[in-house]
Amino acid sequence: MPEAIEERFSDNIPDAAIAQINESYEFGWSQPENYTIKAPKGLSREVVELISKSKEEPAWMLEFRLKALDIYRSKPVPKWGADLSGLDLENIYYYIKPTDALNSRTWDDVPDDIKRTFDKLGIPESERGMLAGVGAQYESEMVYHNLKEEWEKLGVIFLSIEDGMREHPELFREHFGTVIPPEDNKFAAVNSAVWSGGSFVYVPKNVKVEVPLQTYFRINAENSGQFERTLIIIDEGAYAHYIEGCTAPSYSSDSFHSGVIEIIVKKGARMRYSTIQNWSHNVYNLVTQRAAVYEGAHMEWVDGNLGSKVTMKYPATYLLEPHARGEILSIAMATTGQHQDAGGKVVHFAPNTSSSIVSKSISKNDGRSSYRGLVKVYDGAKNAKSNVECDALLLNDDSRTDTYPYIEIEEKTASVGHEATVSKINDEQVFYLMSRGLSEEAATGLIVRGFIEPIAKELPLEYAVELNRLIELEMEGSVG
Amino acid sequence: MNLEIKDLWVSIDNEMILKGVNLHVPAGQFHAIMGPNGNGKSTLVKAIAGAPEYTIERGEVLYNGVNVLELEPDERARQGLYLAFQYPVEIPGVTVANFLRLAIQARTGKEVEFMDFYKKLTRALEILDWDESWVNRYLNQGFSGGEKKRNEILQMLMLEPSFALMDETDSGLDIDALKVVAKGVNAMRSANFSALMITHYNRLLEFIVPDMVHIMVDGRIVKSGGKELAVELEANGYEPVKAMAASQPAAAF
Ligand SMILES: Nc1ncnc2c1ncn2[C@@H]1O[C@H](COP(=O)(O)OP(=O)(O)O)[C@@H](O)[C@H]1O
Ligand SMILES: [Mg+2]
Repeated sequence: MPEAIEERFSDNIPDAAIAQINESYEFGWSQPENYTIKAPKGLSREVVELISKSKEEPAWMLEFRLKALDIYRSKPVPKWGADLSGLDLENIYYYIKPTDALNSRTWDDVPDDIKRTFDKLGIPESERGMLAGVGAQYESEMVYHNLKEEWEKLGVIFLSIEDGMREHPELFREHFGTVIPPEDNKFAAVNSAVWSGGSFVYVPKNVKVEVPLQTYFRINAENSGQFERTLIIIDEGAYAHYIEGCTAPSYSSDSFHSGVIEIIVKKGARMRYSTIQNWSHNVYNLVTQRAAVYEGAHMEWVDGNLGSKVTMKYPATYLLEPHARGEILSIAMATTGQHQDAGGKVVHFAPNTSSSIVSKSISKNDGRSSYRGLVKVYDGAKNAKSNVECDALLLNDDSRTDTYPYIEIEEKTASVGHEATVSKINDEQVFYLMSRGLSEEAATGLIVRGFIEPIAKELPLEYAVELNRLIELEMEGSVG
Repeated sequence: MNLEIKDLWVSIDNEMILKGVNLHVPAGQFHAIMGPNGNGKSTLVKAIAGAPEYTIERGEVLYNGVNVLELEPDERARQGLYLAFQYPVEIPGVTVANFLRLAIQARTGKEVEFMDFYKKLTRALEILDWDESWVNRYLNQGFSGGEKKRNEILQMLMLEPSFALMDETDSGLDIDALKVVAKGVNAMRSANFSALMITHYNRLLEFIVPDMVHIMVDGRIVKSGGKELAVELEANGYEPVKAMAASQPAAAF
């Protein structure tokens, strides 16, 4: 497919198209700014010190941040992935403290204008439902964090990352930065320098948190950056499901989100991390997330990327000990002006480890979805098994998809499979469904829904419904 | 109900396939169309249902007085037309049950109560002697030829059209499956339901007795008659009707 290889993604999207997208994005409203601290634009030693001071951090953390700042400066912007030339890193506010009332445990303590935002997003409402705990981040800080008592009693910790650092200094320091060191990549480095907000989760041995923990991320100010840092430790034989959701207002200039998520899944434990990313179409979403998985443990990533202007996100699983397992399910939808460069990475370090990556992408109008994945099997990882399946669905003639599957196998006894398909919405399918009374839009929507069903069915029902609803919203006006 | 096809000319890729079809199926009647392969039978029913690949060159299809050729396929379905496909299409990831609910809602424009839906579904499955587990499978995906045909009839029973176009629904069915399908179709019989059935075999017509049989050759109806015509055709093969068609000069477009 020579056309698909040809480089034709660019930032030159007509204003009218942007206006239209912004109109159809339902979370595009914003609140007036009334902030405690708004650091000056751009990244500097002063900004890093300001953040550290405002958090009253131990000295080692400030050192860690400053070292990361140097690493960030020494690394070039990566050129191998999506086009990042439109991202002006000096035109970003790196730290905004929205209020002094941080980490409230009741919504009544959250300042009204911020609470209004989360009310509109339905967060307090969903907390009353099937969730073990809820966190909410607004700009650079967690304004709300609460764990239901029954889980707290069992020793589960679910705090803002700052509170985690303060209240559990040893556990925190033992793991922080170990899974994703600042040297990992330029965006992990920037996060390490200016990180703020995110969750700290610890699930004690053999405790199974059967209902999900959820954190919601909201950017409100224009040209702002959000650099949350999440650290999750699942002790031996334990289980948890963590869900993150994100939205932002639609502005004509860009914002920047660069999270780092580190997960440790100890022997025999199981962890599922689900994301429904629905940033407005002016956000650069460059996230590093990785899990270290120990003997017989099991890590699952469910990664849904619907929003943002550019996403580069490849959840990674390091299978460090025998019989560790990893699964990555990735859904991406790219419409006008969007590039979703998503996929996953699995590295097999030990014998009898197994993994699978399933990626489904949908490209609409001139949207572009890329699958980028790595499967690496080190010498000695005997009988490692991995299977990669990526399916792309193109809705229009100018939609684009590409696949970059990197496979590096050093171990002779490993078995690795890879399958990729590209399909278009098939006229016969549309006619078949229309002949039963479905409109063209409903027929197309149903085909798309069926396409992502293998992944949607892995989500708790409410989230599957939400995912389908968001995709339907993006589908509006897709025919005719 | 009442379907009138008037001087219908249809082409595909600039090739004329239907060359002036005239046919009337009054309310409450079942008609059969027979004829050799590649002579336009599927083209006729798919064009009536609104398949986008066909170009209507001339003519009208009046359904209860409305020219359905001017409507979108989904609007035709809402008028009560239903096509049981010769080759039903696979829709991965969409369960039969979910699809049926959406289709009923789309056709009636109303939410369906789950209990009503479930009752109706149970009844339809019973008529078709089909296990409930089928409705949790993805639509036609991995179905055998016969299962796909049975699924077409299931949809018909659930959607309750007033006119069914059936395209070789009996092909590829063993005798037991054929009886089941016939039972499904006969269950629809009423003064407000009619059907046009394409078939190659008289054995279908023994189970679903037609009011009339038409023979299509080279895009035209060359002969019409009662159900004895099917018997005659089966005895003599298509050669005599082909010869007859060749001797009837085609109308010019
Ligand atoms: N999608 C299509 N593209 C090109 N030709 C077609 C298509 N569908 C049907 N035809 C042609 O139209 C003619 C009639 O086909 P069809 O209506 O399927 O016949 P029948 O159902 O009687 O066997 C055949 O010559 C066939 O090749
Ligand atoms: Mg045919």
